[in-house]
Amino acid sequence: MKFTWFNLMPWPYLPDDFREKHHSVWVDIPNTLYDPQKGHFVYHQYMDQLEYAEALGFDGIGCNEHHQNGYGLMPSPNIIAAGLARRTSKAAIAVIGNSLALYNPPIRVAEEFAMLDVISGGRLLAGFPVGTSMDTNYCYGQIPALTREKYAEAHELVMRAWHEDKPFAFDGKYNQLRHVNLWPKPIQKPNPPIYIPGGGSIETWDFCLDNDHNYSYLSFTGYLRGKKLLDGYWDRVAKRGKDESPYRAAFAQTICVADTDAEAEKLYAEHVNYFYNRCLHIYGGFADAPGYRTIKTLQADVVNALSEDMQNLFPSLSWKDLVDGGYVIAGSPETVRHRMEDLIKGLHVGHIFCLLHVGNMPDWKTRHSSKLFAEKVMPHLRNMWPEWKDDNRWWCNPMETRLQPEHGVEKARQDGRIPL
Amino acid sequence: MSVNMQKIETKRGAKVRVFEAGSGAPLVFMHGAGGLFPQNPFLDKLAERYHVYATEFPAYGESTGEELLEDMQDFALHGWDVITALGLTKPHIMGHSMGGMIAAEMACLAPNDLTKLVLVASAGLWIGEHPIPDIFSFLPHEFAQYLFHDRTQGEAMLTGGLDLKNPEALKEFYIGNSKRLSMAGKILFPIPNRRLSKRLYRLTAPTLVVWGKSDKLIPPVYADRFKALIPQAEVVQIAEAGHMVPYEQPEAFVAAVTRFLG
Repeated sequence: MKFTWFNLMPWPYLPDDFREKHHSVWVDIPNTLYDPQKGHFVYHQYMDQLEYAEALGFDGIGCNEHHQNGYGLMPSPNIIAAGLARRTSKAAIAVIGNSLALYNPPIRVAEEFAMLDVISGGRLLAGFPVGTSMDTNYCYGQIPALTREKYAEAHELVMRAWHEDKPFAFDGKYNQLRHVNLWPKPIQKPNPPIYIPGGGSIETWDFCLDNDHNYSYLSFTGYLRGKKLLDGYWDRVAKRGKDESPYRAAFAQTICVADTDAEAEKLYAEHVNYFYNRCLHIYGGFADAPGYRTIKTLQADVVNALSEDMQNLFPSLSWKDLVDGGYVIAGSPETVRHRMEDLIKGLHVGHIFCLLHVGNMPDWKTRHSSKLFAEKVMPHLRNMWPEWKDDNRWWCNPMETRLQPEHGVEKARQDGRIPL
Repeated sequence: MSVNMQKIETKRGAKVRVFEAGSGAPLVFMHGAGGLFPQNPFLDKLAERYHVYATEFPAYGESTGEELLEDMQDFALHGWDVITALGLTKPHIMGHSMGGMIAAEMACLAPNDLTKLVLVASAGLWIGEHPIPDIFSFLPHEFAQYLFHDRTQGEAMLTGGLDLKNPEALKEFYIGNSKRLSMAGKILFPIPNRRLSKRLYRLTAPTLVVWGKSDKLIPPVYADRFKALIPQAEVVQIAEAGHMVPYEQPEAFVAAVTRFLG
């Protein structure tokens, strides 16, 4: 099993009446609610936590891209990843990811990911989301009906740029570049492992399987609801004749660990409530721009998403509802361990993106929960896929002689590791 | 008035449904982003005097071929392809909202190929001080307040009597709406401005700009901007009408159009 410690980087100062007073946490959130001076400390605290996660023994540390979003302070995850790459040396740096259709030209992603891979010594996991409709269409103005085609073209361009050793011309519909010549190139060959965060469309599954990319299901509704979707994915994997390595899939899960179940509620309930109530207050009109999803996909599951019940679901859920419903895995190390085993076996996944910072959780609680998970839960889950233990196809392959932040370049020079 | 429905295929390969009625000078109508309604009384009235052709764009009604049209130029050429397929020479062209934007682009491309142009609450321009609300972020129940002078009557027209509190009706409306706006988004998203303003100087056909006085989607200040940019344009504003002016005030609307077309 591989565990990646993820921080969505929520703004922790949304007011108590945010839901009543404001239209949406995303797209048109009043930016007067953002205080850059507080933001200075928030960034550093969150980045410290990511570095701490490496010290605790998490396999990866992760960040993602959102725009104009009250629960995501990373319009550019690459900036965060660059900071982490300098201060860590062991954990994979999971950037899940860069929304390819939003970069003009997308060769920028090939370049920046190559830079991150080189600076980190080959520790990059490269995510390529299509991006939510909020980010991609409403914030970044991409035409919904053309977004997926533009994304697919950008993917082709980035992959070719990483793979080819000679300059080439790229005559795309959305990108015309006469001289593509990637400089620098990534350490990992032929390319860093690629993660595709996605929903439940067959098109996305086939895209992952065609390219042998990891499929990552990121949602906040937890593993019980994720089961149906991942069952669909594994059916597709079988139909396509691919092996069923659990490392083909990743799943994001909110996790809260305390000494006892009761203590977990006492410590974390208010922060979980902050996340589900305030951070997920997303205006329904921004959820799905017309054309962002295909009509076929809409016909499959539109009613649920639209109903007023669904719109008002999260704020009405109690701690017990969220825990029993598997939105959040919370409790003593023993409880969390059992539920994580259910998740891992039930969904057949080899990668967990652990959401151990939740909402407006203070630093000490975040560290407390993460430490308990790392020390009392993770070791018991390590070997759940013994038959696939050597499958590293979706993990980074760092250079052995890479730098350690505590030693720096001078030490490497003394060791004769670098020819400077 | 008998209405004929025909399916034509353009040279590009789009299959287009056209409603045809009346006789007289040919008048081609192009609908807005919401498409034709089940009942379009203003077209029936115009058919008493003109040979009316109401065409549906791909993704609307039974027309297909949406994958063939991707940008403004495709839409404008498609408009001419339809007129060619119908065998018409120098028709009057009338477009409402998105249809107005397309009609204006068509007239800029081939100014000598039409007789007169009618732009009804037309999209296509953007005035920074008067931003147009983002129709692509509206929830189903939010459309009527922006589209109609009388919201309650408008809602009934918009949904064709469907009760949006009924989940199945809501789904039907939502999916239909997604399909239409997905297509419209190619020329209207995220800002309905594909630089028509720099081409309007080419218009030679006499042009009528018709607007509802209480248009809350594209406010009447846009009528004045069209008039300023088009060499020969006159503006008629109609009272107690919103963006859906032909539907809300069909008599006044038809009277204004008839007066202009002759």
